[in-house]
Amino acid sequence: MLCESCHDKEATVHLTQVVDGSVEKIHLCEECANKSGFDLHGPVSISDILVGMGGALDQPGAERSCPRCHLRRADFKKTGRLGCPVCYETFTAELMPLVKAMHRSEQHMGKVPSREDVRVRMSAEIASLQKELDDAVAAENYEEAAKLRDRIQKARSKAAEGGGKDS
Amino acid sequence: MTIDDLLQQSGSWLAPGTDHGPVISSRIRLARNLKDAAFPGWAGEEECERIWKELQPVLLSVHAGSMLSAFGMAELKELDKQILFERHLISREQAEKGKGSGLVVAADESVSFMVNEEDHLRLQSIRPGLDIVGAWRMLDGIDTEIEKSVSYAFSPRLGYLTACPSNVGTGMRASVMLQVPGLVLMGEVNPIIKGVSKIGLAVRGLWGEGTEAVGNMFQISNQIRLGEREDQIIASLEQIVLEVVEHEKNARVRLMEKRESLVRDHVGRAYGILTNAHILSSKEALDLLSALRLGIDLGILKPMNGRVIDELVLKTQPAHLQKMEGKALKPKDRDKARASLVRSEIARAAKSM
Repeated sequence: MLCESCHDKEATVHLTQVVDGSVEKIHLCEECANKSGFDLHGPVSISDILVGMGGALDQPGAERSCPRCHLRRADFKKTGRLGCPVCYETFTAELMPLVKAMHRSEQHMGKVPSREDVRVRMSAEIASLQKELDDAVAAENYEEAAKLRDRIQKARSKAAEGGGKDS
Repeated sequence: MTIDDLLQQSGSWLAPGTDHGPVISSRIRLARNLKDAAFPGWAGEEECERIWKELQPVLLSVHAGSMLSAFGMAELKELDKQILFERHLISREQAEKGKGSGLVVAADESVSFMVNEEDHLRLQSIRPGLDIVGAWRMLDGIDTEIEKSVSYAFSPRLGYLTACPSNVGTGMRASVMLQVPGLVLMGEVNPIIKGVSKIGLAVRGLWGEGTEAVGNMFQISNQIRLGEREDQIIASLEQIVLEVVEHEKNARVRLMEKRESLVRDHVGRAYGILTNAHILSSKEALDLLSALRLGIDLGILKPMNGRVIDELVLKTQPAHLQKMEGKALKPKDRDKARASLVRSEIARAAKSM
C-alpha cells in the first residue's frame, strides 16, 4: 500500500482518526507521518487519534463545555482524558464513534453495580441477552433463541414493574 | 505495615518458587470512579484529598485475605515509591503523584488499590500461575463490597465510566505474565507477538506500557473492555495464553532435540557471567537470570534453589538494591552492588538444595 500523502513510498504507519463523527483510517509512510507531527515511538495515545477532531473544533459553538466540570472539548483533545462522568453525556456525539472504533462495540455487557436501580440493571441485562439472541439466530440455534426471547420478555416486564416502584 | 516490611517477602507477581512453567502470574485490574466527582486529573487537589480521605476507611475494611495498610503518596519518600513501583503495586504515573493520591495494599500484596491515579479507583488482584479466574473472583467480591458504601459512575450503555474512553465498559484489564525463553531462543517469539496483537490482545514488556521485554518476560492482556462480559474476556485471554504455553513447551523440546549445544552454551555462559561478574546492569541481570532459570528447568545445571533465583529478579531492581544497601547509589555503584548480590545469592541457591 502506498502512502496517501506522497503516493510514493510504502505506507508503514496506519492511523485511525475521527472526522466529523465518522471513523477514518489513514495510511502514511514514516516520513510523511513524522512531518504531520505524530509521535510514532511512544505508545499510541488517544490525543493522536483525536487529531482528526481538529476540523470540528474550529466551528462556532465548539467551545461547548461540560455543565458540571466545565471541561471543554479542546481540553479533552489535548489530554485524551475526560473531566467527569457527566462529560460522557455532554460529548456523546464526539465520543461514541471513538468508543466504537476502540472497542468495536457500543453496548456494555458485563457487571452492573447492584446499587443501580432495577431499570438500569435490567436494561444492561436485556442488551446482553439480545446479543446472545442475535448470535443464536445467526447460528440457526432456534431452540436456544426461543429461550433467550423468553428471558428478554421477563427482564422487560421486571424493568417495567421496577420502574413503577422507583419513580 | 511499613514499606520496609514488604522487603521481607518476595512480592506477589513473581510467584517465586512455585512450579509456574511459562506462566508466572495472572492479574486483574478494575477501573472505577465515583458518580459525583471530577476524575482525578481534572479535579483539584482539594477534591482529590477529600476523595482519598473518604475512600480510605472503605478500602481498609474490605475482606482481602490479609491485613490492609494505607499509604499517602505525599508522605512517601521517592525510594519507597520506587519500591512500590518495582513490586507492581503502583504505576509510574501514581509514583509521580503527591497529595490526594494513595495506595491501600494487603500485607501479602495479592490485592492492592490505587486511589486517584488516572481514575478514582484502580483495584488490582494478582495470583501466582495461570489463575485469571481466581484473580477475577477475588476482585469481583471486593468490588461488590466497596460498592455497598460508594456510588460508582455507571451508564447502562457504556458501563463503568472512566477518565479515558479506552477503559469504559467493564473497566477491566486482565493480564498474564509469561516467561518464554524457549520461543526467544528458537526465534519464534515475534510471529507469536504479532499474531496475538492481531486478535485484539496487547503484548507488553515487564513493566507495562511502552516497555521492552527483558528477561524474556511478556504480559498479554485484553484491549477491548466494552461489549463482552468479564468472564468472556477472561476465557478468550486464557485460551490464547494456553496456546502460547503450548508453543513454549514445544519450543523447549525442539531446542533440546535440535539445538542442544546452543542451549547448553547459552545457559553455561549465563551461569559463568552471573557467578563471576563484578559489574551487572539491571537488564543484563534479568536476561541472564532467565537463562539460568531455563537451565534449572531443563536439568542442564545441577539442581539449585529456584526460589532464590526467582527472588533475584526483584532484588536486583534499582530501588530494592539501594534499600538493601541502606543508601542511595549511583547507577555505576548499583551495577557493582548488583553483581556482588547475584554472586552471593547464586552460591546460596546452590548450597540450599
